[in-house]
Amino acid sequence: MVDTRERPVSDDAVEAAPSTAIAVNGGEAIAYALKQIEPEVVAAYPITPQTLIIEKFAEYCADGVVRTEYINVESEHAALSACVGASAAGARAITATAGPGLALMFEMLGVTSGMRLPIVMHLCTRALSAPLNILGDHSDAMAMRETGWVMLSGSSPQEAYDLALVAQTVAEHPDVMLPCANLVDGFMVTHAVERVDVLPDDVVRDYVGEYEPETSLLAEGSTATYGALDFRDYYFEHRRQQEAALYASQPVVEASLKRFGEISGRHHQILEPYRMDDAEVVLVFMGSAEGQAHAAVDAARAAGVKAGALRIRLLRPFPVDAIAEALSGARVVGVMDRAIGFGSAVNPLLADIKSALWSRTDRPLMKGFVYGLGGRVVTLGQLNQALGELVSAFESGEESTTTTYLGLREDPESAEVSS
Amino acid sequence: MTLKLRDLTLLDDGFESGHGLCAGCSESVIVRQVLLALANEPVVALATGCLEVSSTRFPDTAWKVPLIHSAFENAATSASGIEAAYKALVRKGRMAERPMTFVVFGGDGATYDIGFQWLSGALERGHKFMYICLNNEGYMNTGIQRSGATMLGAWTTTTPAGDLVPGKPQWRKDMTGIVASHGVPYVAQAAVHHWKDLMTKVRTAEKAEGPAFLNVFAPCDRGWRYEPEDTMAISRLAVETALWPLYEVDDGKYKLNGPRHKTRPIIDYLESQGRFRHLLKDKEPGVIEEIQANVDREWNRLRERCGLEPEVTPETTEAAVSAD
Amino acid sequence: MTQPGTESWSEVPQGGTVLLPGSTERNLTGSWRTKLPIIDFDKCTHCMICWVMCPDSCFKTAEGTLQSVDLDHCKGCGICASECPVKCIEMVPEERD
Ligand SMILES: Cc1ncc(C[n+]2csc(CCOP(=O)(O)OP(=O)(O)O)c2C)c(N)n1
Ligand code: SF4
Ligand code: SF4
Ligand code: SF4
Ligand SMILES: [Mg+2]
Repeated sequence: MVDTRERPVSDDAVEAAPSTAIAVNGGEAIAYALKQIEPEVVAAYPITPQTLIIEKFAEYCADGVVRTEYINVESEHAALSACVGASAAGARAITATAGPGLALMFEMLGVTSGMRLPIVMHLCTRALSAPLNILGDHSDAMAMRETGWVMLSGSSPQEAYDLALVAQTVAEHPDVMLPCANLVDGFMVTHAVERVDVLPDDVVRDYVGEYEPETSLLAEGSTATYGALDFRDYYFEHRRQQEAALYASQPVVEASLKRFGEISGRHHQILEPYRMDDAEVVLVFMGSAEGQAHAAVDAARAAGVKAGALRIRLLRPFPVDAIAEALSGARVVGVMDRAIGFGSAVNPLLADIKSALWSRTDRPLMKGFVYGLGGRVVTLGQLNQALGELVSAFESGEESTTTTYLGLREDPESAEVSS
Repeated sequence: MTLKLRDLTLLDDGFESGHGLCAGCSESVIVRQVLLALANEPVVALATGCLEVSSTRFPDTAWKVPLIHSAFENAATSASGIEAAYKALVRKGRMAERPMTFVVFGGDGATYDIGFQWLSGALERGHKFMYICLNNEGYMNTGIQRSGATMLGAWTTTTPAGDLVPGKPQWRKDMTGIVASHGVPYVAQAAVHHWKDLMTKVRTAEKAEGPAFLNVFAPCDRGWRYEPEDTMAISRLAVETALWPLYEVDDGKYKLNGPRHKTRPIIDYLESQGRFRHLLKDKEPGVIEEIQANVDREWNRLRERCGLEPEVTPETTEAAVSAD
Repeated sequence: MTQPGTESWSEVPQGGTVLLPGSTERNLTGSWRTKLPIIDFDKCTHCMICWVMCPDSCFKTAEGTLQSVDLDHCKGCGICASECPVKCIEMVPEERD
């Protein structure tokens, strides 16, 4: 990591703190955020492509740059379990993982949210086995959606850094008290070296504050019992309360992003619209396909199509109203899924978008795409193809219920049939 | 401080009545002894099991000390996280240093089987915590299924005594020995009836500069099929037959704390519980001998580790004599 | 205090954390009992073996002497009677209406 502290490069608002530009990959950008947050406990188990984060952070610990207890656990299940213990003890606890590591943690994902522990996880999204694949897609993130975590998703090393800070403030907000995941696309973001503007340490410290829970295991005179058995007389009420807290986190996310914009000059929203003002044909996606999606929109615009793109930055709670609003002018919506929802009615992101738009009487035509599984390279050509299919639907007024697999080698015959 | 019961009655053990453990269950007796013996403020981590479901049923808790349960297999890891949190909060000046002991209670299922890796990791990392295994030789909470601690020939609901297979076909794992091989500062075996030995061990464990592990024999009247009033008697029998020797491994040095000699054959123990009844109805005479041979082998191996001569059992001697 | 089991979902404690230490005391497990321990205080030596061996913390003491048995919680297991060194505890059948 190149620390170029002496070269402040903020070209932004006067109020924003002077940032420092560093050239780092997404993993190191998160490690840098962790250094600034300086949580009491980090517990993690190595897995590609998350190792960049924890190796860098281990260096900070070894050099005494942070006072964090770094627990080199023996598995991902233990990583989250250790965070649960630490968080209940009153510490700020952070972990990071990817694909199979998340799968191994699965039991503890629900435990963490159910116990209302504001642990932050940096999920370097990765394909799930089998076949074994170490590269990026969203199979892991999509499998996590119903475990009660707040889920934020970025598209660049800069955003990985920014959302690492935002996630901390959301999770620990008294109205939320839920774990929060920062989704970082494996390799596409974790390993991409880019300029990242980092905030001064004191500004970060001020923004994230300290974690001050109302009760904890280590508080003087504590007699709290965490993780009791609930039976048919209480479980339902606790789960309903947890659900309400997750929905209540959306305004908190919005406020945290706003406050972050004020200190950094980077004004993120829960949705990232691109040329959406008068857009009739819209691509919805999440994560690092942003460059290709925007280029495809630009190309379509140049050809006279009113195209736009909408990136999901808040996956959970799914911002239903904001999405319905953002897509209110759209006539055709294509949803890009970087995962297969095996056997489901439709793939995961499309399912969410369809649900969000269901109550609208003038629903747009909708169409699902699957792309980039197991790190399959996402190309501008694929996005152009997707937009092309949407334009055809726009022109014909007919909705296609089949999924288009972008960048997949199709059987020669079936390719003909579907085209 | 020497351990005198009358002095101990002046303390609050931190565990209330009204919990749902079966009448005669040894688990709460062990918990009370452990909490009473501690000098420091405890924080407890529980594994899922009879103790947890019976003592922390929302909206109630039997505990008056801070406690966390999060899953079945990971209580040692909860303790790792708590200990790490403690160190970091003190280091950052966010909490004043004070004498605390992080105690884990896990059943034999949680310890020998599903949580084996979690425990091993925590031991290897050297967190300062005390792990108490409540060893009732089976998964009692889910209805008496076999575990890696269940002994050969025992009936459980997953090793029923059938015409072909007479109860559990395997012996048991030497978990105390396995933990000792991690090289942690203090490892011991104790039993619920011997309160003084158990509480002395808790105090030694509390002073250890690293992980400490106590494997505590915890008879279960419901699962072992005996009358609840016999809980302590059966625990005593396990020690007298050398099925469960009381010993410790303090900084690598093995020491017998209980009787130096085996005073009873294993058959006396087998006869005390319904879970072995099928073995006694002479269906499988070979199994009893095999159990005795396993007990003898382990007993002599332990004696050797303690620097003592091997001991032959009366039965082995008899068998040897009659074979002549 | 709201009667347990009647709280609405927004009233239940967050995350199921219990903040009522030792509250199981309100569960009167004495109703499980079929046998009842009777102590002969004339013979009792106040050794406190019963106190340390009772799974249900039933023996009440004051300044190192045994005072009474908490029959609200005693489950009648009989461990105390088996373990009393001077055999001054007798288990007698519980009589209930
Ligand atoms: C991951 C997982 N697998 C299985 C279970 C079911 N389960 C709960 S407790 C238990 C057995 C507990 O046995 P042990 O640890 O020996 O404790 P005991 O109840 O005997 O005291 C089992 C199998 C669970 N809760 N979680
Ligand atoms: S089943 Fe056994 S271990 Fe479980 S509460 Fe009953 S006696 Fe105790
Ligand atoms: S065990 Fe017997 S003698 Fe000792 S205190 Fe109890 S009742 Fe008295
Ligand atoms: S019968 Fe059992 S529960 Fe009742 S006082 Fe005696 S030991 Fe305690
Ligand atoms: Mg058990």
